[in-house]
Amino acid sequence: MSNMQSTTKTPSLLARALDSDIFYSFTRSPITVISAIVAFVMITAALCAPLISPQNPFDPSTLNLMEGFTAPMTPNEFTGNSFWLGTDAQGRDLFSAILYGSRVSLMVGFAAVGFAAILGITLGLLSGYLGGWVDSAVMRVADVQLSFPAILIALLIFGVFKGVVPVQVQDKMAIYVLIIAIGLSDWVQYARTVRSSTMAEKNKEYVQAARLIGVPAPMILLRHILPNVMGPVLVIATIGLALAIILEATLSFLGVGVPPTQPSLGTLIRVGQDFMFSGEWWIILFPSIALLLLALSVNLLGDWLRDALNPRLR
Amino acid sequence: MIAFIIRRLLQSVLVMLAVALVAFGLFRFIGDPINNMVGQEATMIEREQLREQLGLNDPIFIQYFRFVGNAARGEFGISYRMARPVADIIAERLPATLELAIISGTAALVFGIGLGVYTALRRDGWLSHFIMSSSLIGVSLPTFLIGILLIYLFSVYLQILPAFGRGEVVQLGWWSTGLLTSSGLKSLIMPAITLGLYQLTLIMRLVRAEMLEVLRTDYIKFARARGLSNRAIHFSHALKNTLLPVITIAGLQIGSIVAFAIITETVFQWPGVGLLFITAIQFVDIPIMSAYLVLISLIFVVINLVVDLLYFAVDPRLRVKRSGKGH
Repeated sequence: MSNMQSTTKTPSLLARALDSDIFYSFTRSPITVISAIVAFVMITAALCAPLISPQNPFDPSTLNLMEGFTAPMTPNEFTGNSFWLGTDAQGRDLFSAILYGSRVSLMVGFAAVGFAAILGITLGLLSGYLGGWVDSAVMRVADVQLSFPAILIALLIFGVFKGVVPVQVQDKMAIYVLIIAIGLSDWVQYARTVRSSTMAEKNKEYVQAARLIGVPAPMILLRHILPNVMGPVLVIATIGLALAIILEATLSFLGVGVPPTQPSLGTLIRVGQDFMFSGEWWIILFPSIALLLLALSVNLLGDWLRDALNPRLR
Repeated sequence: MIAFIIRRLLQSVLVMLAVALVAFGLFRFIGDPINNMVGQEATMIEREQLREQLGLNDPIFIQYFRFVGNAARGEFGISYRMARPVADIIAERLPATLELAIISGTAALVFGIGLGVYTALRRDGWLSHFIMSSSLIGVSLPTFLIGILLIYLFSVYLQILPAFGRGEVVQLGWWSTGLLTSSGLKSLIMPAITLGLYQLTLIMRLVRAEMLEVLRTDYIKFARARGLSNRAIHFSHALKNTLLPVITIAGLQIGSIVAFAIITETVFQWPGVGLLFITAIQFVDIPIMSAYLVLISLIFVVINLVVDLLYFAVDPRLRVKRSGKGH
């Protein structure tokens, strides 16, 4: 982060952001603008779920079993209430359920990406800066893990959790285990990228100068090298968020994710699958669309960011 | 080259031993194996006898070596839930998964290469644009959603394909196959598409990118100057040279096909090892979990090894001198 030493006056941060190459390439790509709007609306809606959802879908007192299986936009035959996206078997408003579900999905996604990024960046910095046996140990583990698909590793961690933790507290802890399982299955990418850029940075003059005046190694890593290796990490993290959301949905769909008492989008789809055969198509359709929009928009944003930050493509 | 092969083999053995350690750790330390095998009424003396008989009182590393020895002979003990030898259960389920994986993998390879070549040659045609943009959606769609979409379309709406199961199977020795009955073939269509679609898009995009690259090279221009037919240039000169990276990626994708089969098998209730593994996780059936882990790792390690060795076979430049320490 260098301060701009212009002859007149330093423009404000916003003005600089609006004038940047990245913002320019953003406005030039309609798909990216649409994805950004979709992602922004969905994330805001999920954050404000308690404020905007018509009912709290997990408070049994607000549910009316008579209203079960109400089709979208049609009045219920007993109560006359109508719901935008219909209701599920227990009369739960699907719109509210999706808002709360995407909240869980996004929470798990962001937390898992954060966990994976912190673990991967730390290990990558250390193995790139220290080299030697630390480097070989970390990279061998990374190599081995990379040859197994993420879903297998996440499933295995979940299996161990189910075997170790007593049944009574399993539902409470499931969401944290899910975060750790997804995070642990995804740290390798960060570690590899950060390691290779750290190896390039550590021989540059500014690092040598810092070392010469006696700045301690942890300080060099955090204050000097880290800011310079964060660009690619941002790209990996954005695409990683889409992958984490899909992985969480997949695990929940397989029945090893978050418990049904606190459903994510994947759980809603799993529940909805049973009603697909009996004609209640909306119970599965709308959560699937929500998941697809979320994953696709974040994915497209990540693709754009990768191209925008890649100097070779400018 | 011999040194490289030996080093690579040693590495594979080490990975397998590490995986076996994880599998052994699962088996030995999650829950009490004895509790899972005997009923509630077993006395302390009976339990102690069984413990001694199974060798659970021996030092840990001896137990580990015994576990590795048994695993090498395909013995993984008795399933807690089904009370039958794990090896038998897996042998029963394996043909279903392998048939699904092979069919969808082959289809992905054939259609992936075909579509990749097509979109590279007719770069600006509307069909190519359509194929490329729909492949983007195919990559972002989670596997299980593709499966559900297909079930809705073909089983619920059109009612022409079965929504779940494997149909009728025919026993050929120990191998049960669904490829010889019409209901078996019908049941295979949707799971194979679900499983193969992602690999198909991946291979297609790779072939397209490589093909576009190769078509720009000088030897293609020279071939055109020689007056060769388009067909000869595209298929015997260009395609041949794009296939090297494709073979590598396709080889590595076999592993993920086997892993993603877990999802496909759950969506379609396909009676393979993936569904077995998911059920084992839900019921904490440790012997099945550790056996599946070892089996899958073996498949991965062997594929990685073969792909690495294939490099030598197909790329003559590597045989002269291996550059640096590869990852």
